[in-house]
Amino acid sequence: MKKETYITDYNCVTPLGFDVASNWNHLVEGKSGVALHKVIENHEAFYASIIDTEKLEEEFKPNFDNPDFTRLEKMFLLSLKPLVEKHEITEETAFILSTTKGNISLLKNQTELPEGVYLSNLAQKIADYFGFKTKPVVVSNACVSGVMAIAVAKNMIQAGKYKDAFVIAGDEVSEFVISGFNSFQAIGTEPCKPYDKNRNGINIGEAAAATYITSAPNENENFRFKISGDSAVNDANHISGPSRTGDGLYASIKSAMTEANVTSEQIDFISAHGTATIYNDEMEAIAFNRMELQNIPLNSMKGYYGHCLGASGLLESIISMESARHGILIPSKNFEETGVSQPLNIIKENQFAAIQYILKTASGFGGCNAAIVLEKC
Amino acid sequence: MRLLFWKNVKMKVMRKTDSCIIEHSKITVNGDPVFESQSETFHDFAKDAYKNLELNYPKFHKMDNLSKLAFLAAEMILKDDDHSRTALVLANRSSSLDTDFKYQESINSEGNYFPSPAVFVYTLPNICVGEISIRHTMQTENAFFVLDEFDEKFLTDYAEQILLSGKAEKVLCGWTELFQENYKAFVYLLTL
Repeated sequence: MKKETYITDYNCVTPLGFDVASNWNHLVEGKSGVALHKVIENHEAFYASIIDTEKLEEEFKPNFDNPDFTRLEKMFLLSLKPLVEKHEITEETAFILSTTKGNISLLKNQTELPEGVYLSNLAQKIADYFGFKTKPVVVSNACVSGVMAIAVAKNMIQAGKYKDAFVIAGDEVSEFVISGFNSFQAIGTEPCKPYDKNRNGINIGEAAAATYITSAPNENENFRFKISGDSAVNDANHISGPSRTGDGLYASIKSAMTEANVTSEQIDFISAHGTATIYNDEMEAIAFNRMELQNIPLNSMKGYYGHCLGASGLLESIISMESARHGILIPSKNFEETGVSQPLNIIKENQFAAIQYILKTASGFGGCNAAIVLEKC
Repeated sequence: MRLLFWKNVKMKVMRKTDSCIIEHSKITVNGDPVFESQSETFHDFAKDAYKNLELNYPKFHKMDNLSKLAFLAAEMILKDDDHSRTALVLANRSSSLDTDFKYQESINSEGNYFPSPAVFVYTLPNICVGEISIRHTMQTENAFFVLDEFDEKFLTDYAEQILLSGKAEKVLCGWTELFQENYKAFVYLLTL
């Protein structure tokens, strides 16, 4: 018998708020975290979704005695705290952290590696603060990390290794990442417009998100989403360019839906990746059409949060579950006119909908893709 | 009781069919040394190994050192066999910090600011998984973990879950750790 696994709690820290409720309210109002920011000294400003550091400190101080944490660690701690207060950590509780670059900002002008840049040290520091008893696991799989971290929790619980898991995901806007994406000419010159004809690149964002996943939900949970299927298939095509055929994303969706035992017609909503680069969005449109998902309402959250790298998949999964709980689909911000070669049902305004099955996808460098199916119970 | 019994059965059915270790300028496959070089740096060792093992894959020279290490180890095991149903699960301690460090040097100073997309793309640890996938046309399940030390049980448990789910028939699994001249690969093929 396969053990079922459920998401029963979550939280997030973003430029739109330090809890899920404030994020949700801002999203319904159409508010975006994306604005012009000076990230690199003596360089032009970039559109990015950045948490106000003063607000972060204001939120952090009353909640934590010890100030000795990096900005990213503070985001992680704030996102996880309310969950740890509600759910017990035992010897059978996993701690999974998703990130691409962790504390990479610490590397600037260093001649040797500071301990804090090791992702396992970052994870251990957070784990020690809350008293986790098992060894932390870090998922670092480019931009699919956040979606994959949910899948890892599910698979390790099903393997009988753990009973429950806290999964956190976070990445910070840094000079390192901005300069890199800029060298690829992948950064948009305006707020990003996923799937739109006039899209011209991504906005980088930052966020931390946390979920509680368990095989034994109790009756006091406010909600329950079953992680019904997951898959992460590589394109085997190019390390930095999306596949022209959408092979890896198609195969990931297909395999996740097969495991979840759902058909394309049963999917109520797709929370897609939608970075607003020319090639990514086109690749997704091809993969969704190959799966006959072109009529399912779909959005990208990048117009609100930018691309939060290792945090994006988890953050966007949380927002999609909020959508299901409220019965409201959120529009794909900044989308006006289709700019992909295949039809997609892109959400243009807030609309009421009954949502039972959610498909969440992501794709990233290294040719990686990931898909999960979440079922509202 | 039933669960215990099932677990015992599961442990019996997992098989490690091939393995490769790369460390100290030496490649060992299934316990037998297949290549050793006197070179002092990983870069030179990888170049010698590539030539000596007649790998004939020019993209190799564009890879960063972590990808070269993972690629060489995978090459020893995957050979030219069909791996369309082989998943990839790798892990290490230093993530992509070897290349991160080099990339950071290219943006540290205003007067010497040359961020390169060809370097930046390797500032993610899972790129080595992508390189192996491309080489062997593996459109298969893949994952990269960062752990503070090699944890064979964790990786094997994860691989086993992929095999039991039917998402793959084999899993190329292992540890590919590299930071500057400190490196070790221990990669193995698992099947049910």
